Amino acid sequence: MATPNLKIENLHVEIEGTEIIKGFDLEMNGGEIHAIMGPNGTGKSTLASAVMGHPKYEITKGTITLDGEDVLDMEVDERARAGLFLAMQYPSEVSGVTNSDFMRSAINAKRGEGNEIQLMKFIRQMDEKMNMLEIDESFSQRYLNEGFSGGEKKRNEILQLLMMEPKIAILDEIDSGLDIDALKVVSKGVNDMKSPDFGALIITHYQRLLNYITPDKVHVMMQGRIVKSGGAELAQRLESEGYEWIKEELGIENERVGEPQE
Amino acid sequence: MSIDTTWKYDEKYVEDFSAKQNEPKWLKDQRLSASRLAEKLEMPKPEKTNIKTWNFTEFEHEGTPKETFSSSEELHEQVQGLIDKNAAQQNLLVQRDGQTVFYETNSTLEEQGVIFTDIATAAIEHGDLLERYFMGNAVQVDEHRFTALNVALMNGGTFIYVPKNVKVEAPLQTIYWLEQADMGLFNHVVIVAEANSEVTYLENYVSYDTETPSVVNAIAEVYAEEGANVSFGGVDHLEKATTVYTNRRGYALKDASIDWALGQMNEGNTVSDNTTALVGDGSTSDKKSVAIGRGEQSQNFWAHIIQFGKNTDGQILTHGVMKDKASAIFNGVNKIEHGATKANGEQTERVLMLSERARGDANPILLIDEDDVTAGHAASVGRVDPVQLYYMMSRGIPQTEAERLIIHGFLAPVVDALPIQAVKDRLTEVIERKVY
Repeated sequence: MATPNLKIENLHVEIEGTEIIKGFDLEMNGGEIHAIMGPNGTGKSTLASAVMGHPKYEITKGTITLDGEDVLDMEVDERARAGLFLAMQYPSEVSGVTNSDFMRSAINAKRGEGNEIQLMKFIRQMDEKMNMLEIDESFSQRYLNEGFSGGEKKRNEILQLLMMEPKIAILDEIDSGLDIDALKVVSKGVNDMKSPDFGALIITHYQRLLNYITPDKVHVMMQGRIVKSGGAELAQRLESEGYEWIKEELGIENERVGEPQE
Repeated sequence: MSIDTTWKYDEKYVEDFSAKQNEPKWLKDQRLSASRLAEKLEMPKPEKTNIKTWNFTEFEHEGTPKETFSSSEELHEQVQGLIDKNAAQQNLLVQRDGQTVFYETNSTLEEQGVIFTDIATAAIEHGDLLERYFMGNAVQVDEHRFTALNVALMNGGTFIYVPKNVKVEAPLQTIYWLEQADMGLFNHVVIVAEANSEVTYLENYVSYDTETPSVVNAIAEVYAEEGANVSFGGVDHLEKATTVYTNRRGYALKDASIDWALGQMNEGNTVSDNTTALVGDGSTSDKKSVAIGRGEQSQNFWAHIIQFGKNTDGQILTHGVMKDKASAIFNGVNKIEHGATKANGEQTERVLMLSERARGDANPILLIDEDDVTAGHAASVGRVDPVQLYYMMSRGIPQTEAERLIIHGFLAPVVDALPIQAVKDRLTEVIERKVY
């Protein structure tokens, strides 16, 4: 398998007429872990949703390709089957559909008709991954995210990540609302995926997740684009010094988007 | 009198029919008086649904005589599909056009003193017992023309009696099968659960002819005496030329419970009334129903829990899916009477619209005449949630499949609550067929 490649060039994204992403560029490959950091309101989650194809976001300019294929030309489900995955900040609840049925439908959609996963094999895989993420076995028969705590929802996102085995995964604030034990478990799940065939883009406010998942590259996002990139040491510096020094360095007064600039 | 002048099921007809069935005098008298009432009474007037043009008069009241079957293998293939072949214990009564054609129970029922028989037999063999409950507190003969006609023309149904302290383990299943295309079925079910008894009942209405006009008028009366628990499952799947009036009523005494799980999948015009009276203190009812409207059918559903007793709990959940040009009105009413202190009543009505030409109204109503109660309702009418769809599609599931999962999930509360696997499977198939 060729090493996966995700390339985002000059991306502009609007939501309800307001431009949130303003010329975003990023290229990443399998085997790499990138982190996107930045204060609230700088467009990080919008970027994640736009790449996956959330219906509310409109891409007005730019390109996204996965292994050279035009992602923007694909429906949401096609993007997923092509190998993209988004662990969402706010996963939907779907009543009446069990986690297990949902997962199996997703896997079979990817494998295609006539090549469905054997039920026993599926159950074995799901049990194994649930075990790794310290998820109770009753979980698979509960309805999709219904009544789940914040932490359970995040674990479910990671469980789906492990089951789906995508080429490129975007983790949108997977650490928010997690206690330190849950954070360790979630990180273990992501680290377990590490391989040349898998790349991850981790979106986070805080450096603490990066204590458990070491990024190869760290990008700082402000005003809807990347304003600074570096290695893991950049995250360390942000943790100890905050974002003000970057703003000063770049002469940015208001890092947020969708608000009048001073 | 708006029954047309060619009405052939007059008092004389009713008297002859009763005589032919060898019915006791009390029943014949009730039929005759009901027949006279039917001529005077109006049809019910379900809110926002005009039923005046529906066919309630074109049908044959007497089906051709039926041979009985000794094995369930001889039944119509689709009827067989409703039966759990592998069940260790089977309590099954199949009626074709109102006549019993197959009956099987396990011996423990008889040892326990449970009566599970068709209503015609019950009238002869357990007449006194039936008389005590028939058209009792749960339903009145003079409510409107249909309740009266049901009694006057009753030609099918079941009587179930569970003596006190008896727990019936395996569900009692009935299948009311319309084979004769122009049949008019006036079905009547009476379930009596004496104090501290327990029983699960599951009925199925099926027909397979889609073109010939016919009528089903069905009443079920459920009496749960002190501390008794009754679970009532119903799956209606009558074809589109069949006009349906169905009335399922419960009457619960102290600490009793009556729970309903209704899969209302008729293809034709339907008026459905499901009302439970929580009379005794501490009695409860949990009512779940799901419905699908398609084609041009018009339906009116009435889910009603009336709470008289203190500390009673009434739960109503209604989920409807509307497509094509179908219309349906979903009325939910929690009525809490004065004196029903500490009562709790809650309801949820959700309607999923799959077509812009369909119509679905959810009308949640709380009528409360007591201060010291809790109550709540939630209602929504809308399309499949685009964010839910996005979430599911983001895992690679195509849109149509994601919608299918969401709809099955939406209707799962009733499917999950039914006690017989074969019936769950058939209901799932019916949902699949109706939605796609």
